[in-house]
Amino acid sequence: MTLTVVRTGEDEKTVAPQAFRRKRRHARPPWEEPPTAAGEAAKGVTLGGVLLVVLVPLWIIVVTSLSTQGAVNRAGGLVLWPDGLTFDAYRVMLEDSTVRTALLVSFGITAVGTLVSMVVSVLCAYGLSRSRSFGHRFLLTLLIITMFVNGGLIPTFLVVTGLGGYGQWWALILPSAVSVFNILILRAFYSSTSADLVEAARIDGAGEWRILWSIVLPTSRAVTAVMALFYGVGYWNSFFNVLVYMPTESEKWPLQYVLYTYVSRGNGMPGSVNQGFGDALSQTAPLSLQMAVVVLTLVPLLVVYPFVQKHFRTGVLTGAIKG
Amino acid sequence: MTSALRPARRNWRVRLRRDRSLLLMTVPAVVLLLLFNYVPLFGLVTAFQEYDPLSGVSGSPWAGLYQFERLFGDPLFWGAVRNTLYLSFVQLVLFFPVPIALALLLNTVLSERVRNFVQSVVYLPHFFSWVLAVTIFQQMLGGAGALNQFLRANDIGTWAVMTNPDTFALLVTSQLVWKEAGWGIIVFLAALAAINTDLYEAAAADGAGRWRRLWHITLPGLRGVIVLLLVLRLGNSLTVGFEQFLIQRDAVGHDTADVLDTFSFYFGIATNDYSYGAAAGLFKGVISLLLIWGANKLAHAFGEDGLYRK
Repeated sequence: MTLTVVRTGEDEKTVAPQAFRRKRRHARPPWEEPPTAAGEAAKGVTLGGVLLVVLVPLWIIVVTSLSTQGAVNRAGGLVLWPDGLTFDAYRVMLEDSTVRTALLVSFGITAVGTLVSMVVSVLCAYGLSRSRSFGHRFLLTLLIITMFVNGGLIPTFLVVTGLGGYGQWWALILPSAVSVFNILILRAFYSSTSADLVEAARIDGAGEWRILWSIVLPTSRAVTAVMALFYGVGYWNSFFNVLVYMPTESEKWPLQYVLYTYVSRGNGMPGSVNQGFGDALSQTAPLSLQMAVVVLTLVPLLVVYPFVQKHFRTGVLTGAIKG
Repeated sequence: MTSALRPARRNWRVRLRRDRSLLLMTVPAVVLLLLFNYVPLFGLVTAFQEYDPLSGVSGSPWAGLYQFERLFGDPLFWGAVRNTLYLSFVQLVLFFPVPIALALLLNTVLSERVRNFVQSVVYLPHFFSWVLAVTIFQQMLGGAGALNQFLRANDIGTWAVMTNPDTFALLVTSQLVWKEAGWGIIVFLAALAAINTDLYEAAAADGAGRWRRLWHITLPGLRGVIVLLLVLRLGNSLTVGFEQFLIQRDAVGHDTADVLDTFSFYFGIATNDYSYGAAAGLFKGVISLLLIWGANKLAHAFGEDGLYRK
């Protein structure tokens, strides 16, 4: 069974220099016909529209979260253009014990979960990276089968609760700690680590652990960073596991679940009593406060994203298989 | 010479000794997978029981195919099947081509800076949770959202985008496009970058215009990736999303928003009818496996690799 994995980035420098050059080109190649004005305009409008669809909602949410109640009233709800800015909403939000606890819980789950997932995945990926090692085929098959066959929701729930996981922190982490997909990506990278380098280290007396730590990991920093981001985002976004394993213990809720209940209770989100067309004032929580909660769930992503995002281009491969 | 003649039996012992640290490294992952992926497979027997939480899987009474008889006679279940297939179809038609088109468009942009900027922006929503994405949609298009705020201010009336069951499929698909289409272009950009530039130059020298080059060089270059993703999409026809529907279920009603996964959740965990939920899950799992197998056969029939080489 050969998995198809599409790889981009650093590989192309060595594998397909031409593809890389094409990526870096700035000038139009001489054989290409000059662009038509209409074509360029259509392209610009489409790309501009795509950018606006993503950026405008974020802009509105950030501006509203920073607006005074007066500005919100004048705008009749969401604020499109800054008109009286204040950090009041953030101050109120961070004084709220539910939000403070949730923030702590979210950071805790993300940190511990990412660490666990990365250690387990890196070890497993390296353990399976030698194509002729003992049991390597069997273990790989064991892993890949889980991508297509699983017990599903209820049996997994019964196993986790059977192990006493209901209401426990580990229930938010361990059941989904291993992503076979991520392991396969890491493995593809580790397999391509220079065999000469590894051989040289072995002659110098380095064991497998030493080779992993001192040679393989340092030469694959980019993919490690990206995998950590994937896992980290997964934990930061945990919602379903909370819904299933600790739906009633509000002091253990992470931020996403608070966002769900908070904004859902306050703003006629699906399922709330205030559903409908009431104006901002009739809502239980001020709009700016709700938007501040939204921004809070966004900020950690936006802080980490630029550092890792450059590796999407230079070092990441994208597996073409979805788990 | 002697080592080559060594019996196979001895050989695997030597390899086991040599690779023991490598094997040790795989232990944590394998244990977690066995515990949370393989053990639940045995838990599927609850679908043939009348599961009682106090007696556990081993002590619960057997019910044969009773749960499946209930399931197949349940109009709510067939509603969920219908919704799932319908949403899957809408996603295939309205979502699947978007990343391809976006990647082709982006590939024609010469300035590297612009391309990088567009990519950073469109990848971003992929990292948002569904709670966040739906909240953003609610704020923009909901009853008290930016759109209706604007409509009201101009006395045009209101437009209930988020709560209209008739347009729910379009709504959730546009949410999917907003969140995932940008991320989807990565694979296609990679495939585009791997196409040999000489082909374009040769075609241009032979007089092929922009569109002919797109048709005869670019699209054939993307064929493998497109077929692979199509196979996966068809194989996953019964998986259309979960949290997205869970969150919005109350806004449009369960008869519109229930898909197989949420059905399994609501009628399994939320109502403690575990065996019933497990039966629905098993039904979905078996059909999905058949679909993946079938889609793969189809890919092979078209001379493509599909999930694995034949």
